Amino acid sequence: MQNVNWIALIVFALLFGFITWLGFAAAHWRRGDLNSLSEWGLGGRRFGTLITWFLVGGDLYTAYTFIAVPALAFGAGAVAFFAIPYTILIYPILLVVFPRLWSVCHKHAYITAADFVIGRFGNRWLALAVAVTGIVATMPYIALQLVGLEVVIGGLGLGGDGWLGEVSLIIAFIILAAFTYSSGLRAPAAIAIVKDLLIYITAFAACIVIPIQVGGFGKIFAAIPAQKLILAVPHGQNTGAYSSYATLALGSALALFLYPHSITGILSASSRNAVRRNAALLPAYSFMLGLLTLLGLMAFALRIDKLPEFADGFKVFKSNFAVPALLLHTFPSWFVGVAFAAIGIGALVPAAIMSIAAANLFTRNIYREFFHREASDKQESQMAKWMSLIVKFGALIFILLLPSQYAIQLQLLGGIWIIQTLPAVLLGAYTRWLNPWAQLVGWAAGIATGTWMAAAMNFNGTFPLQLAGWTFPGYSALYSLALNLIVAVVLTPLFNQVSKPPEDQTAPADYQA
Amino acid sequence: MDNKKRKPGSNWWYLLLLVLFVGTLWVPFFNSVEPTWAGIPFFYWYQMLMVFVGAGITAIVYFATE
Repeated sequence: MQNVNWIALIVFALLFGFITWLGFAAAHWRRGDLNSLSEWGLGGRRFGTLITWFLVGGDLYTAYTFIAVPALAFGAGAVAFFAIPYTILIYPILLVVFPRLWSVCHKHAYITAADFVIGRFGNRWLALAVAVTGIVATMPYIALQLVGLEVVIGGLGLGGDGWLGEVSLIIAFIILAAFTYSSGLRAPAAIAIVKDLLIYITAFAACIVIPIQVGGFGKIFAAIPAQKLILAVPHGQNTGAYSSYATLALGSALALFLYPHSITGILSASSRNAVRRNAALLPAYSFMLGLLTLLGLMAFALRIDKLPEFADGFKVFKSNFAVPALLLHTFPSWFVGVAFAAIGIGALVPAAIMSIAAANLFTRNIYREFFHREASDKQESQMAKWMSLIVKFGALIFILLLPSQYAIQLQLLGGIWIIQTLPAVLLGAYTRWLNPWAQLVGWAAGIATGTWMAAAMNFNGTFPLQLAGWTFPGYSALYSLALNLIVAVVLTPLFNQVSKPPEDQTAPADYQA
Repeated sequence: MDNKKRKPGSNWWYLLLLVLFVGTLWVPFFNSVEPTWAGIPFFYWYQMLMVFVGAGITAIVYFATE
């Protein structure tokens, strides 16, 4: 990979230069006092329907998504398409549950999910569990964005065993850290507009040009062997690929909006209706993700990894190189620069939001709650700014020093952990029936079981549950959540005997406001 | 649940969302190659179609429960 693709690199660098400027300029957009945490950390809650669409879209559909999902399609075929039902089902959840959460957080000036949990249940330890889970689950996700960025930097020819690749990564990261520090959530919101436009252009262009070049979708699918084309039909007393596919989709959908960066994106909306409208508008991104997943299949159909010019790339990045290789193979260099910039910028937007969300959680629910109750607005936002820097650099060191396999495993665990906050956050938006201490025990049980299930399967997300002579392979997150809920439900009446839960600071009407 | 301000009968619309869950998670239904459309196997075009169906249902529910 000593051949630097100069034209692509120049286009890439120009686009990166543009969004760097944009990130800093964003501080002046919809002006607010960035010394207040809600201005820095939630953009002052001023983003209307359209900006929210760009922000949340850019937030949820990350560089890692664009690299890893097609990579899975390239390697394993049909099962990668679980990402489609997954990203279909998140929207009913968004429509039904999140307006309530938005309203109550708006009314009480809650910035994080843990803020809400304290107000709703009055238990700071449950809130701490929610906050810590959120921070820990987010960290590997930030690291994986860097993996996405690394892959396109490699595709530009800057990788290999030189230091150029690492220096480029570090430069990108310094830019990211700087404009996040100065502008807060406004930066990724502005940049998301550029990123999302570029990604749509890339996905549509690829899905039009490649089939034309090859001679039709029929030819592409004909080149895929039967066992990868659709899911293997289960036999015997085993629900096989059917249950693993469905539970992966459902579990991922339930977990997604529990991640701090999703909640931050939603809470920054200016109105409850902006959230609701986006439930119907954001699915456009799911369609785009479907197109990108098909690109992974196209890469396989074209046997892209067998081409000599991509041998190095596949050696270093394995199937993650599928989409970059396909783009390099199909398009002129200048468009490759655009496409790679789309993916690269697509790493920075969610990384920024994730680090802001983790910083918000730390500042509000650990620093202020446990160490410095009288913290002023300025102290809060200063702490958050520092935390977002620390979190980002921690992720960078992690990726530079450790094999990316670790980040991927941690990300799997992160998904299993974050879903354990569902009772407190999603159910809590409807009812406070569950006793907070019971929820805490349930949370612990879920975390322990889920982690054990993942480790037992060597960090494969599917666990073969055995019941009554049948085997049900399914997503560990969903199984451990079920256990979590059972434990919480059983313990609630018991714990209620021991102590009455504190007052609910929220009123029913707050959820409709 | 607090239903004071909602239109009576509006909760039925949320059942439409349940249809969406079943439609996307009942895997045996769409795990096949035939019928193809434009050379694309059913497994793929059905799920892509469900993206639009989902958006449509969500839009309907949004307007019906405003």
